[in-house]
Amino acid sequence: LSCCWLIHRHSDKPAKMPAVSKGDGMRGLAVFISDIRNCKSKEAEIKRINKELANIRSKFKGDKALDGYSKKKYVCKLLFIFLLGHDIDFGHMEAVNLLSSNKYTEKQIGYLFISVLVNSNSELIRLINNAIKNDLSSRNPTFMCLALHCIANVGSREMAEAFASEIPRILVAGDTMDSVKQSAALCLLRLYKTSPDLVLMGEWTSRVVHLLNDQHMGVVTAAISLITCLSQKNPDEFKTCVSLAVSRLSRIVSSASTDLQDYTYYFVPAPWLSCKLLRLLQCYPPPEDGAVKGRLVECLETILNKAQEPPKSKKVQHSNAKNAILFEAISLIIHYDSEPNLLVRACNQLGQFLQHRETNLRYLALESMCTLASSEFSHEAVKTHIETVINALKTERDVSVRQRAADLLYAMCDRSNAKQIVAEMLSYLETADYSIREEMVLKVAILAEKYAVDYSWYVDTILNLIRIAGDYVSEEVWYRVIQIVINRDDVQGYAAKTVFEALQAPACHENMVKVGGYILGEFGNLIAGDPRSSPLVQFNLLHSKFHLCSVPTRALLLSAYIKFINLFPETKATIQEVLRCDSQIRNSDVELQQRAVEYLKLSSIASTDVLATVLEEMPPFPERESSILAKLKKKKGPGAVSVTELEDSKREGGELNGGGDRGPDTASTPSPSADLLGIRSAAPVGAAPASAGSLLVDVFSEAGDISSLTNPLIPLPCRFVCKNNGVLFENQLLQIGIKSEYRQNLGRMYLFYGNKTSVQFASFTTTVSCPGELQSHILSMHLLEPLVEGGAQIQQVLNIECLTDFSDAPLLNIKFRYGGALQNLTLKLPVTINKFFQPTEMTSSDFFQRWKQLSQPQQEAQKIFKANHSMDTEVLKAKLLGLGTALLDNVDPNPENYVCAGVIQTKGQQVGCLLRLEPNAQAQMYRLTLRCSKDSVSRRLCELLAEQF
Amino acid sequence: MCMRFLLLFSRQGKLRLQKWFTPISEREKKKIIRDMTSMVLARQPRSCNFLHWKDLKIIYKRYASLYFCLAIENQENELLALEVIHRYVELLDKYFGNVCELDIIFNFEKAYFILDEFLMGGEIQETSKQMVNRSIEASDMLQETMEEYMSKPAF
Repeated sequence: LSCCWLIHRHSDKPAKMPAVSKGDGMRGLAVFISDIRNCKSKEAEIKRINKELANIRSKFKGDKALDGYSKKKYVCKLLFIFLLGHDIDFGHMEAVNLLSSNKYTEKQIGYLFISVLVNSNSELIRLINNAIKNDLSSRNPTFMCLALHCIANVGSREMAEAFASEIPRILVAGDTMDSVKQSAALCLLRLYKTSPDLVLMGEWTSRVVHLLNDQHMGVVTAAISLITCLSQKNPDEFKTCVSLAVSRLSRIVSSASTDLQDYTYYFVPAPWLSCKLLRLLQCYPPPEDGAVKGRLVECLETILNKAQEPPKSKKVQHSNAKNAILFEAISLIIHYDSEPNLLVRACNQLGQFLQHRETNLRYLALESMCTLASSEFSHEAVKTHIETVINALKTERDVSVRQRAADLLYAMCDRSNAKQIVAEMLSYLETADYSIREEMVLKVAILAEKYAVDYSWYVDTILNLIRIAGDYVSEEVWYRVIQIVINRDDVQGYAAKTVFEALQAPACHENMVKVGGYILGEFGNLIAGDPRSSPLVQFNLLHSKFHLCSVPTRALLLSAYIKFINLFPETKATIQEVLRCDSQIRNSDVELQQRAVEYLKLSSIASTDVLATVLEEMPPFPERESSILAKLKKKKGPGAVSVTELEDSKREGGELNGGGDRGPDTASTPSPSADLLGIRSAAPVGAAPASAGSLLVDVFSEAGDISSLTNPLIPLPCRFVCKNNGVLFENQLLQIGIKSEYRQNLGRMYLFYGNKTSVQFASFTTTVSCPGELQSHILSMHLLEPLVEGGAQIQQVLNIECLTDFSDAPLLNIKFRYGGALQNLTLKLPVTINKFFQPTEMTSSDFFQRWKQLSQPQQEAQKIFKANHSMDTEVLKAKLLGLGTALLDNVDPNPENYVCAGVIQTKGQQVGCLLRLEPNAQAQMYRLTLRCSKDSVSRRLCELLAEQF
Repeated sequence: MCMRFLLLFSRQGKLRLQKWFTPISEREKKKIIRDMTSMVLARQPRSCNFLHWKDLKIIYKRYASLYFCLAIENQENELLALEVIHRYVELLDKYFGNVCELDIIFNFEKAYFILDEFLMGGEIQETSKQMVNRSIEASDMLQETMEEYMSKPAF
């Protein structure tokens, strides 16, 4: 079978004999490989290998100097033996000797051996470095390439020290051959990733950026990987690459499929380079220059259009390459998150793929839609595909595709469709693959909790969960249902009734017994009036499960029994009987025995008053992060967690700020889920150990990947003026999401720190400071756990009180150690004066009356400016609502204009504000006027808002 | 295109080629190889070609008796990775002429050299088939001038 051609051809020619050895032909090696293949057993193989090793060792040790060819052959055999999985502890020196041979083949084998087998054995590294140095200065392009490859393959610190300053020179030198340039660019990238401190681009920066213009497509392809990596670390220094990348992309996208000759891949022009260009652009915000942006939008539209054209070839390679570009373009559109048209088109395109006959495309469409669901512009569009996604969950043959469908359902869930989605997920659970059940259970539990408007539905859902997938319901899930039932008195009676009914099933899961025991012990009295669920019936029902349960559940039941004695004195005799019997009071388990003894004693000697005090109903649980959410975070890999988490926050932002259904008072009332949903609460969450990611910790050492940041101040993304939730900051290591709520002059901000790596951050500390006059804020920080495990996310809560109006923003400083390097960054927090707005509804006459009252010149601030963003009515309305004011209809005589009114609440005073925004679509201009009862507020709001439109 | 490793193994789980683009200890390599072979070989036919594994994406494709399994970083493009594999198969095919598993077994060093011309440090160095082939042929030319090699004894 191993002589089947890898590429299937429609030809009746018989399979050829494999080229046993091509090129120089080391016959000895071929014979050895044949021998190994003919070995009938593992033992025979080991025997043959040991014989060979002995032979090679004696040759290397022998008196006779070996010629180059023999040395090469033996080194190659050693390499083969190593690749079979056997240890090799000699031959390194011979391989190093080969490096200085002037015969290409010997050198090549030497370098291959070094690349595969040498780690940082410092003795050898010095010799190897010498050989590399010679080859780099040889001006022989083939030798230079071999040397560069070796540096990239080994990539050790010593090599970086020796060559990091030399390689940029080779890369930009005018007389360097193209192939050497390509190798140099990627070699430098490798060194930059391992030892960023040693690679100083400084003077080379602009010449490296200009490699994007190189005539040779191969050079551009290699260089752009380097440029992308450098841009991620030093975006400002490399920002000129944006316009170069856009024009290069535009030339490729508009070229005919034959223009690029061999860089056209199955009729698709330069797919790799196109994707890399699109990826590079994702390191930057949308281009500021209108012409560049226009050109880029055109490219993106062309790519979307091409997806609709009939394919130029039936080969899967054609469609893969074309769609690879399409998906990368969609990633860029999602990254910009500012072009509603493109977002909706992207969503429609993915919608088509959801039904595509190719499994790969369905998988990718589901995956990509998950991120689209987080954009306020496309969330609704994603939701229209709900039926298709549900269908995928039910019918896809491949479990990994079903998994993506479940992820997407989770991401697209909001209050409007929660019941449907939860119901579908529950019914899927009945047949779901074992590998994904636990995660599904957590997701259902989270959605049910998050979107529960009616708690009886929540209780039903969780009990169903236990019924359907009891084994996969972790402690966190059933703890949580109990916490919620205890904290909400409107659902306790229903919960008691429902668990009572559920327990009547002949076989019920032990988790059900736990929940039932706990809830009846607390709230059994609420259903005791019905003779069908009288105290004794309840007790007998619980006790009928007792013998089938494990020790911890029995312990829980014993506690429920003593609670029964308090709730229902009439059950006392029966229960004391149970406690007194040998199987309890003499139980071999210490815990059970102790409970039985103590409860029996307590019930017989304590007065009713004492009993009532000791066995009082549980007090409400302090609100904290939903324990199940923490569990899900712990379970999933790094990317997935932070994405879903922030998706949620972003989407809520969409609802609060962007949706048209926001009443004037929603800003001041927390949404109904607020007290139910632990993620809004104040206690910090312990960082979960990243069990899943820990293996990779030392495997893929990214230690040198990130240079120590020299603490640049990261400015505030201006979109947060009109938005309360979203991703505040993201780099390769860390993602910071925020969610905030404001009420009167108080605010609360939740900061989510997501570790995107698989490695733990050490000494993670955060501080908030209010520079200068900004003492107007009182900020109290809750302390964080000092570790952010790989892949984990932790949250922190910040309370804010606005004392008086202000213009600067508080600063958040974050310090932690990653792979030994101290990371230090400072961000502005998006706390702006408008956050403390209360909307004010008023009629047209009121509005203009007040407008006139605020007529002192310093009370007014006005600005006329060019539109920087879409002038679309819905977008504008969403922004104005996001500002926090009431958007008043039928007030301005000109229907094109927008007027808003609100009161800014500070501790000391209230500042009334009126706003008028007059768009001029033809000129693409706005006039913005603010009149406030305090002049500093007018000026500040005017500054803030002028950047928004 | 940040790639972490490329593995070639047969349907029986025999490793034919391993290329690691970042430094990893031998112990971890063995563990990853075990994980990859068992995971990929367990997949049903006509499943999608992508898997999530730890914080990486695994892209695999079967060509006749051989599985090609490429690990890329999480934000990378799956379809493009699939075509990286295909381009490598094409390069092997062009060099060996109707490449088959045995070619790769007996000429493993050549398979590495071809890969090195195409990829470097986990990034794509040259996507043009002609360009890669030209450099491979050029290096073969350097070899074939060494006629002396042919007259050497086998052992």
